[in-house]
Amino acid sequence: MSTPPKQGEFYQRDRRWHPPALSQDYKTSVTRSPKFPLISLENTASEITGPVFGHNDINATDNDLLSNFAQPGESPIGERIIVHGRVLDENARPVPNTLVEIWQANASGRYRHKKDSYLGALDPNFGGCGRTLTDENGCYHFRTVKPGAYPWRNWVNDWRPAHIHVSVFGSGFAQRLITQLYFEGDPLIARCPIVNTIPDPEAVEMLVARLDMNATIPLDTIAYRFDIVLRGRRSTLFENRLEGN
Amino acid sequence: MRQKLEYLKETPSQTAGPYVHIGLAPGAAGFEIYDQELGWDIAGPNAKGTRIRVEGVVTDGTGSPVKDVLLEAWQANADGIYAHPEHPGEVEDGFRGWGRVITDFETGEWGFDTVKPGPVMGRSGQMMAPHINLWIVARGINVGLNTRVYFEDEEEANAADPVLGVIEWERRRATLIARREARDGLAVYRFDIRLQGEDETVFFDI
Repeated sequence: MSTPPKQGEFYQRDRRWHPPALSQDYKTSVTRSPKFPLISLENTASEITGPVFGHNDINATDNDLLSNFAQPGESPIGERIIVHGRVLDENARPVPNTLVEIWQANASGRYRHKKDSYLGALDPNFGGCGRTLTDENGCYHFRTVKPGAYPWRNWVNDWRPAHIHVSVFGSGFAQRLITQLYFEGDPLIARCPIVNTIPDPEAVEMLVARLDMNATIPLDTIAYRFDIVLRGRRSTLFENRLEGN
Repeated sequence: MRQKLEYLKETPSQTAGPYVHIGLAPGAAGFEIYDQELGWDIAGPNAKGTRIRVEGVVTDGTGSPVKDVLLEAWQANADGIYAHPEHPGEVEDGFRGWGRVITDFETGEWGFDTVKPGPVMGRSGQMMAPHINLWIVARGINVGLNTRVYFEDEEEANAADPVLGVIEWERRRATLIARREARDGLAVYRFDIRLQGEDETVFFDI
């Protein structure tokens, strides 16, 4: 019997695909972006390893935002949606047993946060966060409400498109990623200075969840599909022989 | 026609925004939702080694504290072993090595309690000085920033550290060295992070 090859270093991150640190039209980045270049580092054990999560860390219902903050018998206001998809790596292999966390505004575009003072109403039955582990095939799903758009202080009349924040771990600390999910067909996507920090329109397309009628539950919940891709890995031993592949 | 390479592209990063706490530290956002929040206990009760505290503030290009940061720490135990199946060796029961902290909304100060990590085997058998890996996200940070905390009282190990050695500008290496302060018998390491401007912290593309 042969054993599968040990996983090695991560492919380098394509920094021209990600947004640059400094994006003039996203004003907060102007004072929060490093001016010096990042120092490129080859992977060591510090980057290849990362935190491991198990089912003891979370509750099975943490991925149901329709109920995880609602009073018994109550529901949040808004369009009931399922967000589902797979976490894959750049080799198109599933990333199993990894933590996916989400947070979002409610249907009126208001966050449950003591620092959010937007006029939109708070929903007493909506917390706005959830977390889940991918299964052995890298699949995950959440139930939630479709978030509303909201205005923000950038240019005077900027509005964020409806979006859900997504945080993913992977198997190594080097894969750590936070991104945002947008919804197919939203006219605000093209106007958003945060979306437009991403230089390549094809990269933006990766952040637009697709309406998935086959995954809807008739007369109950409409579905969107959102796949997430983390960095891929070479197949080689990392301790001694790093040049492999 | 040339053949295609069948690789996918990594999902592009987006800022964590000002309300990252809702998702990753909801207690700080002002509401209780989970039975337990993740990342509050880095070393656990059984960890060997010296108990330490690491503290700091993140400042922006104007020198102002950034008050909506979330930091994650990732470290080895006192023997230099990471709590991960791919790293050879065992860690103490309850040692996770991963932590998550946020800054104070008023002052921008952050801090966490842990144990001092041991040296970790680097590439080609070269030892790396004790260090804690940090990952920083906030509104206005488009891709999470990686840096490392090294310790002032590890002068010899730091001088031989292969990662510090890669930093060509020697004076910038100092931005990764936490200053030791003794406080009521506890070793406290001060690690201020400057996102931009004079003495900008070294960040890594890992």
